Amino acid sequence: MSINRRQFLKRAGVVTALGLGSSFATIGIGDRLASAASEYEEAPNADKIKHWAMVVDMSKFKTEEDINRVIQSCDKIHNIPQMDSSKDEIKWIWYDDYEHTFADSENEYLDETMKKMPFIVMCNHCENPACVRACPTGATFKREDGIVTMDFHRCIGCRFCMGACPFGARSFNFRDPRPFIKDFNPNFPTRTQGVVEKCLGCYERLEKGEQPACAEASNGGLIFGDLSDQNSEVYKIVSTKFTIRRKTQFGTQPNVYYLVGGGDHA
Amino acid sequence: MLEKALSGSKKYWTWIIFLLAVIVVGFFSYMRQYNYGLGLTGMSRDVSWGLYIAQFTFLVGVAAAAVMLVTPYYLHDFKRFGKMVILAEFLAIGAVIMCILFIFVDVGQPMRILNVLLYPQLHSVMFYDMCVLCGYLAINLIVGWTTLGAERKGVHYPNWVKPIIYLSIPWAFSIHTVTAFLYAGLPGRSFWMSAIMAARFLASAFAAGPSLLIILALIVRKVSKFDPDPDRNAIPSLVKIIRYAMIANVFFYLCEVFTAFYSNVPEEMASFKYIFVGIDGHATLVPWMWTAAFLAFLGIALLVFPTRKNPVLLPIALLSIYFANWIDKGVVLILAGFVPNSFDRVVDYIPTANEISIVLAVYAIGALIVTVLYKVAISVREEQQA
Repeated sequence: MSINRRQFLKRAGVVTALGLGSSFATIGIGDRLASAASEYEEAPNADKIKHWAMVVDMSKFKTEEDINRVIQSCDKIHNIPQMDSSKDEIKWIWYDDYEHTFADSENEYLDETMKKMPFIVMCNHCENPACVRACPTGATFKREDGIVTMDFHRCIGCRFCMGACPFGARSFNFRDPRPFIKDFNPNFPTRTQGVVEKCLGCYERLEKGEQPACAEASNGGLIFGDLSDQNSEVYKIVSTKFTIRRKTQFGTQPNVYYLVGGGDHA
Repeated sequence: MLEKALSGSKKYWTWIIFLLAVIVVGFFSYMRQYNYGLGLTGMSRDVSWGLYIAQFTFLVGVAAAAVMLVTPYYLHDFKRFGKMVILAEFLAIGAVIMCILFIFVDVGQPMRILNVLLYPQLHSVMFYDMCVLCGYLAINLIVGWTTLGAERKGVHYPNWVKPIIYLSIPWAFSIHTVTAFLYAGLPGRSFWMSAIMAARFLASAFAAGPSLLIILALIVRKVSKFDPDPDRNAIPSLVKIIRYAMIANVFFYLCEVFTAFYSNVPEEMASFKYIFVGIDGHATLVPWMWTAAFLAFLGIALLVFPTRKNPVLLPIALLSIYFANWIDKGVVLILAGFVPNSFDRVVDYIPTANEISIVLAVYAIGALIVTVLYKVAISVREEQQA
């Protein structure tokens, strides 16, 4: 059988396309996903929790020490670097004054003490997170229990999420963070240059049935629980007390509630 | 056809070597940034996008502007643009490549950039932006190269190109619309969250892009034997397009200003105050913005009055319009979107020398691509004339 050049090229092309296509179909999707999934097990209480939320009881934060203790508890276990310049700062949990935290609730008659009152701030683990919508790779995603978390290995560092977040909760590793970690915790991953990061809701503690580090260190100032459970403390506070949230007008449904002037809460 | 770019005058090679030198310097700056991280730029936790993303935004507009020649020429058989349309398509190619490079130098983990295609997120505007930009690059490469190749052989371009040419028209609108949606869909950035953003992007693109194109055409006329506008009627038609596009752009801008200030909503007004008068002594963008405003009105005035026919004043008008749009979109718009930040604080952004040298290198790569493509187009045309 003799074929001319044109026919040969045509047939060679078809064979190559078939070969490539079938190899994608076999190695590309089915097997790899299945084997990857079998390596992981679900956390014991993963299916029970539906809606993690946090209440910040402002009456429990009387001194600067109360706040710093909470912040340091997080910084320490999560390998948060202490950068030299504010430009490169990495923040998971920190504080700002009332005037700036609730900038949209301006009240010119408020006295200086009230204006400067410190509020703990962190990622709000929103119900409709703008960062998740913006992320082009799925590196930022929402778990079924409501925690907005990140895959640092998938993040390309485009910082679209930082533009999208209305709360300023996200930081970018403008340089290698590792030399700036004071007390290194080998049980929690450090991050690399060029990726975004933020509070991950202490997923590593939640899966062991523990409270987030900040809540544990807060002496009851930060109340963490399941908002879908009507017997939970967070539900009781949020449903019966007067609480405020940051920037609700954007419809992201932030899950950090501030109980202001609430006194004893439950 | 590419071999035609390999023979040129001494001036041509001097220009090429100059561009290569700028590229080499920028390449080393990029290597420094690659090793150290984006901390080498002026960007910060608060102003998390800077000159790179701003240049990307502006150049998408320059790329989209090719449609202002493609539509009249191919769709309405407006023959006057016949000689210039190839210049517009080749300019679009250079501009899109610059856009892609500006994204590349902006990401923190460039080696992972294909994650956008490997894990496509249909809810992320950035995924669509990547798709439309790559598509637009392909369309212009195919159309530009095929039509020029056909012309060289003295035949009509093949029929299969026609649908791609038609596709390029809505596609050009889509690239700049999707780019506007990157910003306009973000909650909490009131300076960007505006329904007129995409329309304004297109208007400013259709003013700035063709302005640059005419400038380039005038240069081509000067340095070669090929005249992109032999009958002296293509440029005046394009000037009309630029004039109305720029007037629309300024009108849209004033609509934004009215909405912000008449409604008296503090968030809406804050960024405008920052760029026109400064907030609490932070006023780095103020001189830029007033320059842009002045150039915009100067450009419009020069194009509205018969001054547009003056061979000296016309380039001045076009450069005014080009730079007014560049300042507005390529400097101010992106930076001011982050000011004030989520905590109502003002954080200034000043680009670093390293960052600027990378920006210049990307522009030099764009200029090199456009030069080479134009050289090919010019050589083909000169052959035809001979």
